[in-house]
Amino acid sequence: MERVPIQLTVNGQPYQAEVEPRMLLVHFIRDVLNLTGTHIGCDTTSCGACTVLWDGRPVKSCTVFAVQADGGEIQTVEGLERDGQLHPVQEGFWEEHGLQCGFCTPGMIMTAVALLQENPDPSEEEIRKAIAGNLCRCTGYVNIVKAIQYAARKMRETAPATAGIAGGE
Amino acid sequence: MIPGPFSYRRAASIEEAIALLQQYGGEAKVLSGGQSLIPMMKFRLAEPAVIVDINRVPGLDAIEERNGILAIGGLVREVALERSPLIRQRYPIIADTAEVIADPLVRNLATIGGNLAHGDPANDHPATMLALRAEVVARGPGGERTIPIDDFFVDTFTTALGPDEILTEIRVPAPPPRSGGAYVKFERKVGDYAVAAAAVFLVLDEAGKIAGAGIGLTNVYYKPLRAAEAENALLGQVPSGELFRAAAELAAKAADPTTDLRGPAEYKRAVARTMTFRALEAALSRAQAAS
Ligand SMILES: Cc1cc2nc3c(=O)[nH]c(=O)nc-3n(C[C@H](O)[C@H](O)[C@H](O)COP(=O)(O)OP(=O)(O)OC[C@H]3O[C@@H](n4cnc5c(N)ncnc54)[C@H](O)[C@@H]3O)c2cc1C
Ligand code: FES
Ligand code: FES
Repeated sequence: MERVPIQLTVNGQPYQAEVEPRMLLVHFIRDVLNLTGTHIGCDTTSCGACTVLWDGRPVKSCTVFAVQADGGEIQTVEGLERDGQLHPVQEGFWEEHGLQCGFCTPGMIMTAVALLQENPDPSEEEIRKAIAGNLCRCTGYVNIVKAIQYAARKMRETAPATAGIAGGE
Repeated sequence: MIPGPFSYRRAASIEEAIALLQQYGGEAKVLSGGQSLIPMMKFRLAEPAVIVDINRVPGLDAIEERNGILAIGGLVREVALERSPLIRQRYPIIADTAEVIADPLVRNLATIGGNLAHGDPANDHPATMLALRAEVVARGPGGERTIPIDDFFVDTFTTALGPDEILTEIRVPAPPPRSGGAYVKFERKVGDYAVAAAAVFLVLDEAGKIAGAGIGLTNVYYKPLRAAEAENALLGQVPSGELFRAAAELAAKAADPTTDLRGPAEYKRAVARTMTFRALEAALSRAQAAS
């Protein structure tokens, strides 16, 4: 069975591994690195539970091969918190009750983090459009939008000190 | 779900990619955004022995105007089309199309080249490229050739591309004066394929009559469909609601949708009619604004 050496930075930490080409990025993250914060929901590219940032862009990690990301930088929900302090988006979900069962939450949070990096002051419509690929079966989205608005406010107030996310600063 | 095993080859240049495709014959598949291919491999609907990853081939991701055409590289991602000021200002029909494809996460990876090369009548770009009378540029072992869009879609999931050819560029004629286009899609929910969708491109003459018309339909035929009779009915006419209703009726007649989860065939035909009518109105108002 062909195995391919890959090098990846995940949440600022470099990793080397040999993987079968068919290994999906989400399986590499969950089963090889044991970072189980990234969820598998539908496994059919529909729900966004598996969303991670690949070189800063949110993508569905169930629909990327790990070998494709060779040399790249991956960010998962585990990399957000800093010295025991939640990332403003995580804090927003906590404060605004942005989750119920929590299954969609890691993917939703990663999409929100990417949105706020590009657009620190999004309108409600921009938020709703940005999270259109992340399905939530519990909340009805209202509090998710509020959570992201909370984070946007907080990040603008405290920028640039806490605006960054994991990455080797 | 885990795809079948395959060998992975990452091409560093277009020549290398073509050589790999040639070496493995029909066993190899090009990987672009992977947003159609990987789901098919997970369902084992596709089990290529070799994947040729072209994502790092340089020079395939430009969006530029030159010599009276718009050239879009095969690897241009939907997100880049949505955000390109050139596309938004001069080719809003392409921005209309890109922003209703799948969802933002898929659009971060999905490419226009993959969208056309997949040959899926449910995909959105084919109808728009039919309306715009685009050309597809393919590179293979024998060099480069240009394929008119009307010859490109051969059958469901089958295009005119050979197994060792790569779609490198899509060429769209630059918009003439008094022209405008629009893409209008009806989907059950965000991220879904169209129940039906219509792409319309209109050119007006100085008197305001229709001098050129392109109409493409999505997901209502075994392949992307040009509504040629509807186009012809518009030529030389003064735009009116009556004319557009008649043209939309002809477009709906050309459609031959199948009954499935998205609805019965007759319903889809009615949706195709309405989408065509709305796209005609939207294209007309853009063409008039461009005068
Ligand atoms: C949940 C979901 C919803 C979607 N909804 C829509 C939608 O509403 N509308 C829509 O249009 N699409 C939709 N898509 C499809 C999506 O746009 C795909 O990305 C697109 O069909 C293929 O582009 P890709 O770059 O991902 O190609 P890939 O998946 O990498 O490749 C697709 C096929 O094309 C071939 N190929 C790719 N690039 C080239 C090339 N340059 N030259 C030759 N052959 C090539 C591959 O070998 C493969 O056979 C959806 C996908 C998903 C997962
Ligand atoms: S698990 Fe990846 S999109 Fe649902
Ligand atoms: S909180 Fe349960 S799916 Fe979103």
